[in-house]
Amino acid sequence: MTTPSPTAPSLPVSLAANPVLSSWVRFSPEGHVMISPGKVEIGQGIVTALAQIAADELDVEIGRVITIRASTAGSPNEGVTSGSLSVQQSGRAVRHACAEIRQIFLTAAADRLGVGIDALEIKDGIFSGPGNVQTSYWELAEDVSLDRDATPGATPKSSTQRALAGTSVQRVDIPDKVFARARFIHDQALPAMLHGRVLRPEISAAKLASLKEDGARGVAGLVAIVRNGNFAGVVSETEDGAVAALGALRKGTTWTSGESLPDEDQLASFLKAQPSEPTVIDRKTATSTAEKKRTIRRQYTRPYIAHASIAPSSAMAQWTGEDRVHVWTHSQGVYLLRADLALVLKLPVENITVEHMEGAGCYGHNAADDVALDAVLLAKAAAGRPVRVQWSRGDEMTHAPFGAAMAIEIEADLDAEGEIVDWRHSIWSNGHAARPGRAASPALLAGTELANPFPRTISTNPPQANGGGADRNSVPLYDFPAWQIESHRLLTMPIRTSALRTLGAQGNVFAIESFLDELAAERGEDPVSFRLRHLRDERAKDVIRAAAKRANWKPDKKSGIGYGFGFARYKNTGAYCAVVAEIEGAEDIRVQRLTIAVDVGEAINPDGVINQIEGGAIQATSWVLKERVRFDRQRITSNTWADYPILRFSEVPDVRVELIQRSDSDPLGAGEAAHGPVTAAIANAVFDALGVRIRNLPITRDSLIAAMELTS
Amino acid sequence: MPIVRFRLNGVETDVDADPDSSLLSILRGPLQMTGPHFGCGANECGACNVIVGDHAVAACDTPLWSVADKDITTIEGLGSPQAPHPLQRAFIAGQALQCGYCVSGILMSAAALLKRNPAPTPEDVKAALDRNLCRCGSHNRMVRAVLSAAAELAAQ
Repeated sequence: MTTPSPTAPSLPVSLAANPVLSSWVRFSPEGHVMISPGKVEIGQGIVTALAQIAADELDVEIGRVITIRASTAGSPNEGVTSGSLSVQQSGRAVRHACAEIRQIFLTAAADRLGVGIDALEIKDGIFSGPGNVQTSYWELAEDVSLDRDATPGATPKSSTQRALAGTSVQRVDIPDKVFARARFIHDQALPAMLHGRVLRPEISAAKLASLKEDGARGVAGLVAIVRNGNFAGVVSETEDGAVAALGALRKGTTWTSGESLPDEDQLASFLKAQPSEPTVIDRKTATSTAEKKRTIRRQYTRPYIAHASIAPSSAMAQWTGEDRVHVWTHSQGVYLLRADLALVLKLPVENITVEHMEGAGCYGHNAADDVALDAVLLAKAAAGRPVRVQWSRGDEMTHAPFGAAMAIEIEADLDAEGEIVDWRHSIWSNGHAARPGRAASPALLAGTELANPFPRTISTNPPQANGGGADRNSVPLYDFPAWQIESHRLLTMPIRTSALRTLGAQGNVFAIESFLDELAAERGEDPVSFRLRHLRDERAKDVIRAAAKRANWKPDKKSGIGYGFGFARYKNTGAYCAVVAEIEGAEDIRVQRLTIAVDVGEAINPDGVINQIEGGAIQATSWVLKERVRFDRQRITSNTWADYPILRFSEVPDVRVELIQRSDSDPLGAGEAAHGPVTAAIANAVFDALGVRIRNLPITRDSLIAAMELTS
Repeated sequence: MPIVRFRLNGVETDVDADPDSSLLSILRGPLQMTGPHFGCGANECGACNVIVGDHAVAACDTPLWSVADKDITTIEGLGSPQAPHPLQRAFIAGQALQCGYCVSGILMSAAALLKRNPAPTPEDVKAALDRNLCRCGSHNRMVRAVLSAAAELAAQ
């Protein structure tokens, strides 16, 4: 009799790319386990989740686990910390590596102690066997080499054998942050460190016409004024001195006229009028021919959105020789940044060490990488001393890449009963990714400013296999009989765009879920039943039912109050999330409550997952109600918090999260699951309360008035 | 330059600097106190909040001369791992942050609130923190943590 052959075991993707076990895990003689992930802490709690995973597999107390900050000097190359993949990629790699290492040490312990493996027990890193024989990871570590490749066969513990994964262990980095122990790059002071500031134009793409240095030269503490083409900056003994010198330099600067920007009130027409590269993302052909009776078409837009980190981006750099430089950065990808630095500096990558240090939350590709090149260029003039560079608030709000504006058109063919027979979804948008390290030309801002400039990178979109970019979440999870999904990537880029949390998913889910709501309402069908009827995936249905139940869907109609529903599975392969929004108001919308159900498979740290979902939901509420990068035809004008307001404490909704724990399913990231569903749920709740469909974000007093005028 | 004298976290401190310097640059520069964070430099985000007298103020927008002879408390003076302030304990217990960059300023706004109003309502807390920005969306956890610190203080 033959048994069906199981799928050949394979290594988790990050481990396959970096198979040497010692690059992931080492033991110190003092009794510590050093884990060395390639992903970095960006406030998502990855350091804690990975420590839980390692402690579980190795049978050590979590306090023994020390996480080494990612560095090109030795960390596994895990690309970029993005896409809600920290736990998915790093977590699986660490779990697998630790499972194999545990097995290797069990064998070594059995040899040393002269007992069988099965007779050994591991407790907090101590191996003990019959007759009180004992050894430990740290004792054995001298003799056991982990400089060997991981093999696919290792079997991690089952969910029931794990003690820490699945429990809400407190995050290891929080005490430092609450007691103000310096963890942030902004708070570091290297010996003999200098401070740098960079001069950037207010007019978009303006170039330096002339630079008068006298004023800056007179500022106390000045070490150097650096100029290379359109790149200019100052280096000073003190931070105040650098700021003052930059101010003086700016006074003596004249700029060329720059390049014109689109009309911020005509975003959709601008996006649709640009030269673009069309791609058919997906096509589904109907198996039966239902008769089309009518077609409904709707257009949705979202504006450019700023990452707007609370901390301006910062980096440190130190040249340790003519051609060797060390960089400290809060970049999401140390190897990718290094690759671009090497292109700009025309140095072999081996000459550049890029080391991660925590920054504030970045929410995607902000100026972290740009400021690292700024620091490297300014440090050239520092005679071997380290230089820390920090952007101004204004530069952070105007020169960092933005999340791309989007115009989305959906057309549905309906039969006589209002059932969907065909569905067409078209997107016009700049690409959603221009991260460093991915192309033949560098993507770093200062690279475009040098005397021998590199071309400006026009953003592209990751392939669908990686979740897509502008097209992320554009393919319906619903079982419509036929569809065509198309994305038009702009080939011009007057406003710089790159990855912002969820890439295109927030816009696409907003469009799909708003349109579905409208179609359900047209049929007089409850939007929750309508969705359930069109889904086959039981996990999707479970979160929808859980959110509906928790919110007591659908609560009775009250004047001035509206309820709306939104759902998505992030990237169609990640976390499931369903949201009920309760809003109040007529002229100014207030989101009162968000009731959310989420399924991230195995939640390694349930409270960490809930924290991420709450944070995502509140950030999405801020995007929906407040956020829009402002510009006139010459410059980005939203360069302060006053001009780019975000949600405040008094405006934050109550957020309730129900986590569906699935300990035996692969863990999925939580950081981006809520944005799309929350956006749609709020828009649908506005319709429920006021009877108007808002199809252009953000939902403000102005957009409400505009939509009401259209309706009337 | 004239010496400006104040009490910093209970310690008499003399600073010899331009009296128009911002308190933030003095704290983070010569005094090497990096708990108060630079966020905007325009009194719009609260990341640099410290307590002067009884009130939370943005250190970036407070000139050095204006704190002469005043009592200043920064996050470094709020509590320590050995002797945490109830707010610090509550923020850890409630895991009330994500990236944590804004949290030192938020703790100072909250500490100033509890000084003048030891029994705040959730609305009082939100009003007291309304000038502090948090970009990660940890607001609700922070409000709950402040309320639980207030309850702990009341029980003492």
